[in-house]
Amino acid sequence: MKKSLISIRDFTKEEILHILETAKEFEQNPVQDFLTGKVIASLFFEPSTRTRLSFETAVNRLGARVIGFSDASNTSQSKGETLKDTIKMVNNYVDMIIMRHPLEGSSRYASEVADVPVVNAGDGANQHPSQTLLDLYSILQTQGTLDGLTINMVGDLKYGRTTHSLLQAMSHFKTKFVFTAPDELKMPKEYKEFLDSKGIEYIETASLEEHLNNCDILYMTRVQQERFTDPIEYERVKDCYSLDAEMLANVKDNMKILHPLPRVNEISQDVDETPYAYYFKQAENGLYVRMAIISYLLGHRPLR
Amino acid sequence: MSQKELKVSALENGTVLDHIPAENVYKALEILDLKDIESQITIGINLVSKQHGKKGIIKIADKFFEDDELNKLSLIAPDATVNVIRDFKVVEKKKLEIPKEIRGIGRCMNPKCVTNHQPIETRFSTAKKGDKISLLCHFCEKTTDSKGLF
Repeated sequence: MKKSLISIRDFTKEEILHILETAKEFEQNPVQDFLTGKVIASLFFEPSTRTRLSFETAVNRLGARVIGFSDASNTSQSKGETLKDTIKMVNNYVDMIIMRHPLEGSSRYASEVADVPVVNAGDGANQHPSQTLLDLYSILQTQGTLDGLTINMVGDLKYGRTTHSLLQAMSHFKTKFVFTAPDELKMPKEYKEFLDSKGIEYIETASLEEHLNNCDILYMTRVQQERFTDPIEYERVKDCYSLDAEMLANVKDNMKILHPLPRVNEISQDVDETPYAYYFKQAENGLYVRMAIISYLLGHRPLR
Repeated sequence: MSQKELKVSALENGTVLDHIPAENVYKALEILDLKDIESQITIGINLVSKQHGKKGIIKIADKFFEDDELNKLSLIAPDATVNVIRDFKVVEKKKLEIPKEIRGIGRCMNPKCVTNHQPIETRFSTAKKGDKISLLCHFCEKTTDSKGLF
């Protein structure tokens, strides 16, 4: 049966660990062209540079070819074609569909319309599972384990889908969370209830300094202007946190800073040179993780 | 149901839906797709109820429902009772059960959900929290309560 990756919840703990294991293999040996002859669609109904290039590089490294578009304005969607018809049409040509779309739930719907596996590369503010898997991979690579860590999430915890999905995925492991956010951008109730139901501890604070020195992972996020409906609210909170090198004097030795990128003012440039900065390497890890996802869904790296 | 109420317009054969919140009677007609049927329908709204203050009642002659159809009503009328009438007698009386999944009724309250922009049948899984029913959208994964559904 075909398997798609739409939400991080589609993968069991076992599958998550398998993807991370497979990603490690690709990091050690990134040129493996066992998908020669395959064609994979890259449908970006909403622009994205980082995710699209990372996915398309992964496809190329595996030997497959890419068709698709990076902007919906040149497609039949702009003529009023339904998403269903676009997916049905592309489905005839390819072995897999990778898609990003501004509407939430669009990837789930596409996976039910298509016969080939669908990978969700972001559906609005909902899910972006490959980002979550590369976050997990980065945590595992820097800490040597996923169990028993303290993760401090900072910034926009209300609209930031990366923090929500990471929280869901880390709930498989014995994690402690710190949620650092201004009042306007606090972690939504449904996610805190989810943690309560799993018996997972969390602390909430508005102060970045308060729990900086006792976390293993500092997961910084950008306050995303595009998610705000109220421009005044955005102006009030956009620069709520700003991390600089001086603030890192007493952090744990193993502490690493992750950020889904792009960053704006929340991490100052002088942090880049510290041993705690990991966000550029994290972005690179995305390539290996996406190679692992594509291989697994196409049956080339099955769960044993 | 008391005999007295039934006499208002006694059914020979059919279904009586009782204890519907008064304000949800029209929604109930919509959910059961009763707007265009030929059978005789009697509707009571703002009737006095000991349990609920004001209630609604719907009596449909010569119409019998599948449980699946009726259970959709549990979203707006969780305490409704169903009386199946044959030959002027109540032959079956039942309570509604909340279905695990509901399809094709209501709208997702998330304005950015794909079901609000493309011709797609809505689909929710239900969860009961206290006396509230929350609905998880199959597509956008957002939770809405049953009040926001219509």
